Amino acid sequence: MLQLVADGLIVGSVISLGAVGLTLTYSLLRFANFGHGELLTWGAYLTLAFLGLLLAGAEMAPIEPFSFGWPLLVALLLALPATAAIALAVDWALFRRLARHGSAITLVIASFGAALALRNLVQFIWGTLPEYYTREIQIAIRVLPRDVLGGLRITPDQLLVLGLTAAVVVALHLFLTYSTLGRAMRATAMNPSLARLAGADVAKVARATWVIGAALACIAGVFAGLTGQIRPMLGFDLLLPLFAAAILGGIGNVWGAVIGGLIVGLAESFTVPLLGAEYRAAGSFAVLIAILLLRPTGLFGARA
Amino acid sequence: MEHVVSYIAFFLVFASVFAVATLGLNLQWGATGLFNVGVAGFFAVGAYASAILTTPPDPERLGGFALPVVVGWLGAVAASGLVAWAVGAAALRLRHDYLAITTFGVAVVIQLVALNAQWITGGPFGRQSIPRPFVEEIGAGFAWNLFYLAVVLAILGALYWAFETLLRSPWGRVLRAIREDEGAAESLGKRAMAFRLQAFVLGCMAMGLAGALYAHFVGFVAPEDFLPILTFQVWVMLIIGGSGNNRGAILGAYVVWAIWSVSGGLLREIVPQAEQARAAALQVVLIGVLLAAILLLRPRGLIGEERVVSRHAGRE
Repeated sequence: MLQLVADGLIVGSVISLGAVGLTLTYSLLRFANFGHGELLTWGAYLTLAFLGLLLAGAEMAPIEPFSFGWPLLVALLLALPATAAIALAVDWALFRRLARHGSAITLVIASFGAALALRNLVQFIWGTLPEYYTREIQIAIRVLPRDVLGGLRITPDQLLVLGLTAAVVVALHLFLTYSTLGRAMRATAMNPSLARLAGADVAKVARATWVIGAALACIAGVFAGLTGQIRPMLGFDLLLPLFAAAILGGIGNVWGAVIGGLIVGLAESFTVPLLGAEYRAAGSFAVLIAILLLRPTGLFGARA
Repeated sequence: MEHVVSYIAFFLVFASVFAVATLGLNLQWGATGLFNVGVAGFFAVGAYASAILTTPPDPERLGGFALPVVVGWLGAVAASGLVAWAVGAAALRLRHDYLAITTFGVAVVIQLVALNAQWITGGPFGRQSIPRPFVEEIGAGFAWNLFYLAVVLAILGALYWAFETLLRSPWGRVLRAIREDEGAAESLGKRAMAFRLQAFVLGCMAMGLAGALYAHFVGFVAPEDFLPILTFQVWVMLIIGGSGNNRGAILGAYVVWAIWSVSGGLLREIVPQAEQARAAALQVVLIGVLLAAILLLRPRGLIGEERVVSRHAGRE
């Protein structure tokens, strides 16, 4: 029981980070970006590539008690701007041009095409076999004995993922609440023309949204790779949970997306004993349908 | 020589099956502005439904009712229509892009069921021995391929005529009105939700029929026949051919399937065996770029939508 909750929260924190990026681009750029999952995939693979360059064949000395060493963190820091560059490049080549004369829904088709191209590019470059950041095997720590609600075992990496997710979300919250750019972003999300009148640089806001969304996606992708496998389908398989979380939290609501992500993670985790591990994704779908039927503005969404 | 003709017949069957699905998508997106990202899912429902109804009995799985192929096709249309109705009733009253997300989710779940519900779908190995109509009378091979091509073309022609009549009818013009300005259409007393649902269900039925036509040509269905790439291909066909125009939808299906087959064939010829999987990925990247280019440079597609479709209104 508790183990299911813990597993759900760990998957949920990856979903949360991805969903925050998705909800920001959704509310600021006003279209459902089906390519967002691929940013997670690219983040994970770019980190892998930088890690390979940094290590140059040597073994990564782990920082106790984690399974990975400093090179992974450096690689992640290098991959953040690289992932953001991909997002900005796709926006420049495709979305910005289409937004000028197309409707929002044309952007959705374009994002579907961009997602397919990006995913297959990963497959072309890195192949389809699963990869890992480290071959270290981590022993899960027994936090609670087996007779307390089924017991609880968790690895240090998983604890770190939970902690870092919380830190990243708090940092983002502070940025959106107190910085000038963050306030401009929130204003643009609410009312673009009014924000422009008030002097917000809408183009800059759009760029910032892509950079932040891509950076969060990159972190989420690395977390997913660290607690699982790095595969070309990593991001695509998370796309449905991401959308479910973003809609559950109310589009544009950062904290909503975080809580939505955790709920979707829990729903997926509890699907496992009910329907079997192969139907995990059905948990997200159930959440999505439930929220669309009962409260389509999301749990914390204000506007219809 | 017969080799080439045989290949062309083979190619035309697949392209025509895709054209049936593309006509369905055109009714949804082209005419009504409904964004369906679950084409592969509805295609799969039709394929599996017809397979279950027509295959010989199988003690390990559901069905194998050994019914006539035509019953299978009708069942496929009914099954995909039913799924579409459930999805549409839930998602169509919401913002436009929520339909995209919901249909995407439906396709994911249908793929999960196809892979894992062994007793219905046969799991990863799929369902085998789907009957090919009249194959015993005609004999497997070239002659039967030609016969099946004729059947598919007849169905495609009938569907084209039906959808063309629908789109030019008052009903079809309401769809366009809803797409352009829902408020205006509502103010004239047209219930947008009901029209949208009808268009969505009809379009998905065409996709289910396409799935069934596919299944009875190939003779087996497996989950990897219904990956998201299929949805994407049908979308590219519609966008390149000309969204909103039934002839454009059909033309797009043939053009894109030709590009796809030729580029796939070239890659197989040029690229060494070991690198084929990677080359196949590159092929998808190219098609993705092609879609983006068409959206940017020629959003109307090859044959765009006609401005006036009523035969009573004067043409400009």
